[in-house]
Amino acid sequence: MTRLVPVALLLSLPAVVGAQADSTLAQEGVYDRPFIGSVSSTSIGGYVEGNTNYFVEDGVTEGFSMELRRFNVFLFSQVSQRVRFLSELEFEHGTEEIALETALIDFQIAPSLVLRGGIILPPLGYLNQNHDSPRWDFVERPLVTTGIIPSTLSEVGFGVYGKFVTRGLVLSYDAYLTNGLGDAVVGNELGRTNIPSGKGEELFAEDNNGSPAFSGRLAARQPSRGEIGVSYYGGYYNSFRVEGEEVDRRRWLEILALDAGGTVGPAEVRAEIARAAIAIPPGMSEIFGDRQWGGYLDVLVPVWRPGLLGYADAVVTAGLRLERVDYNVGTFSSTGGDIGDEVTAIVPGVSLRPTSGTVFRINYRYHWTTDMQGNEPAKRAGFQLGFATYF
Amino acid sequence: MHRAALFGTILLAFPLVGCDLLTPGAPADHDVLAGTIEGMTPSQVRQHLAGDAEFGRVFTVADGLGPIFVAASCEQCHAGDGKGHPVFNLRRFGRPGTSAFDPMIEFGGPQLQHRAIPGYPPEEVPVEATGVSGFTPPAVTGLGFLDAVEDQTLIDLADPSDEDGDGISGRLQLHEPSELIETVLELERRGTPDPEARGRRVGGRYIGRFGKKGLTVNLLHQTVGAYHQDMGVTSDLLPEDLFNPSAGARASDDAPDPEVTSAAVGNVVFYLKTLKAPARRDASDPEVVAGEALFEDIGCTGCHVPTLTTGASEIEVLDRVTFHPYTDLLLHDMGPGLDDGYTEGRASTSEWRTPPLWGIGLAQEFQGGQGFFMHDGRATSLAEAIEVHGGEGRAARDAFIALSPEERSRLIRFLESL
Repeated sequence: MTRLVPVALLLSLPAVVGAQADSTLAQEGVYDRPFIGSVSSTSIGGYVEGNTNYFVEDGVTEGFSMELRRFNVFLFSQVSQRVRFLSELEFEHGTEEIALETALIDFQIAPSLVLRGGIILPPLGYLNQNHDSPRWDFVERPLVTTGIIPSTLSEVGFGVYGKFVTRGLVLSYDAYLTNGLGDAVVGNELGRTNIPSGKGEELFAEDNNGSPAFSGRLAARQPSRGEIGVSYYGGYYNSFRVEGEEVDRRRWLEILALDAGGTVGPAEVRAEIARAAIAIPPGMSEIFGDRQWGGYLDVLVPVWRPGLLGYADAVVTAGLRLERVDYNVGTFSSTGGDIGDEVTAIVPGVSLRPTSGTVFRINYRYHWTTDMQGNEPAKRAGFQLGFATYF
Repeated sequence: MHRAALFGTILLAFPLVGCDLLTPGAPADHDVLAGTIEGMTPSQVRQHLAGDAEFGRVFTVADGLGPIFVAASCEQCHAGDGKGHPVFNLRRFGRPGTSAFDPMIEFGGPQLQHRAIPGYPPEEVPVEATGVSGFTPPAVTGLGFLDAVEDQTLIDLADPSDEDGDGISGRLQLHEPSELIETVLELERRGTPDPEARGRRVGGRYIGRFGKKGLTVNLLHQTVGAYHQDMGVTSDLLPEDLFNPSAGARASDDAPDPEVTSAAVGNVVFYLKTLKAPARRDASDPEVVAGEALFEDIGCTGCHVPTLTTGASEIEVLDRVTFHPYTDLLLHDMGPGLDDGYTEGRASTSEWRTPPLWGIGLAQEFQGGQGFFMHDGRATSLAEAIEVHGGEGRAARDAFIALSPEERSRLIRFLESL
């Protein structure tokens, strides 16, 4: 009987991953992967993603280029009745970047209370816990999820999560303490406030300031309509303490995100919006922004079910993404003019899914990048053909 | 099945067919300042592009940015190689000394670095300073032409005693010899076809030609100075880091010095030398042509000399070339309205080096859509810029004000065409 419990637990997980608008809780993203549903105790799986790019910026192009963007390997184990383990090893751009993106252990006391520890994915917005490329019908991740929410954000920490079912609604919560981000949020290679630069391998070994960051998310899901969530991440990011001595002011960073996804008529819709506030050293103000925001809206409409090559459930989907990020909200004290540093993009695309875990996609992308001074935006446009599949 | 094949074919063919139709085209050459001088060899273009990459390089704390600085890259101040935004204005300060102007070195002068890496205190202008001046970053396009003008040309243009009686004098900025100046001039002489034509001494001093008051003698001098003073980045020629005296003498950053290689500096200098001259727009428009005549008639060309010629240069495209920068690279007294009480070298506090006017019609394209003119960006239109001229520029200013509205409009049209 005891042996059957893991199997029963696994069967309770979604066996088949869906398209971009999933039918499961965002919270369960890390277990909403097809390889998990096919085993009884330990399994290996992953996904691979590649694409080709052709872009032109203000008449200048580097020509075509191709990349194997990600090759990620998952390892899952149902360790015991209430303990399960999941890891994700990522090879990005071939072997240019190799990272242990996830290595977590869950101990389930009840569905409403699960303890989690290890290298986790802080529950900030929707994408961070649901970043697998085969889920998405666009080649690129939304800008707000890479430039402001620093997905994929994985940090060492621990916390709890759970869900309740009440009156047809599934309510979920997540709360974690992690090492947080590091000093390079400012003074980085981009010359502007860049939250993703605050990620660092050294933070997997030790917090840079001994003060953990908090992340949490509350969400409500109505199975027939979709899910809405609000999430928060906050913590000190700078090394204000060295050898026990305070050597700088404590600088707080926080991100508030709102995400929603579901079905509207024939369309699958997903949107996220995030706002960040960053305490900036007084000597870096204005050129390093203390406020940022961004958001995107994806609309996907299945337009054709061709039954290709024996794939009875193959579907062709037309999509449109609108997105905008502002990396430096505010005005110049010297002139009163708006500070720029903004990107606006429109991305129409078409995808083909022979099965739900494999996607071929073609995107046309046009985006406008305004520099900090607010000069005429640089215009960049091009095409991307890509594929991604779970294995 | 046929429908599927057709669909797939159309889908895959779409990017190939649509590449040119759906991608942004290049702006017209005369609408941008970036770009190489026409006729450069492939190897020169390669070095120009290497310099371009260095010009755009953002220095991080680990790279050696700061510890005090104004900007983190060359390009932040000179976006698109154009005139900079006031947010990157340099502030320089000092006070009158007993025998010469005191740049207040002991207070961190003469240049303020009001930004600092995390955990390090930025500088503030000391209360003891009596003169503070803002310097808006200039456009960097066409600098190679100005750099290649022979010293003798500037000596010939100078008229310190106004012997021609036109009310405009024009003095050479001259600097006492220093190890840095002599080194940058010696490095420049190497490989130059006519080494004697550059770095000449006048009364035992060297001619300054770049900077608002002619502080630097050539582009190498200007470049290592900007790395050091604007970004806090050390080089072989200026190997000691900046520090804020209030943080403790020589308390600096942790990056090993020099923080930029001599090769990178060399590439940036080459990049600056080989940026094209700004192209004119609507030069043959009758209104513009009429405005150009008015520009000369009212005496603007007394300082803003339209045409200069380069000397012998090892870079063929700069070798003995006639060009139109609208400057004489000399110091002129601009009157009390433009006297900030600050100066450099032997210039008086009201003297400024004539800025080149080429490219000024595109200035606002690189300043966030709003023009900021004069040395500190105090004027927000070309007409306002003319109207704040004084001293040697006063006669021309008065003549401009006396023009009819139509004539003023033509003159402005001409400036906008530069």
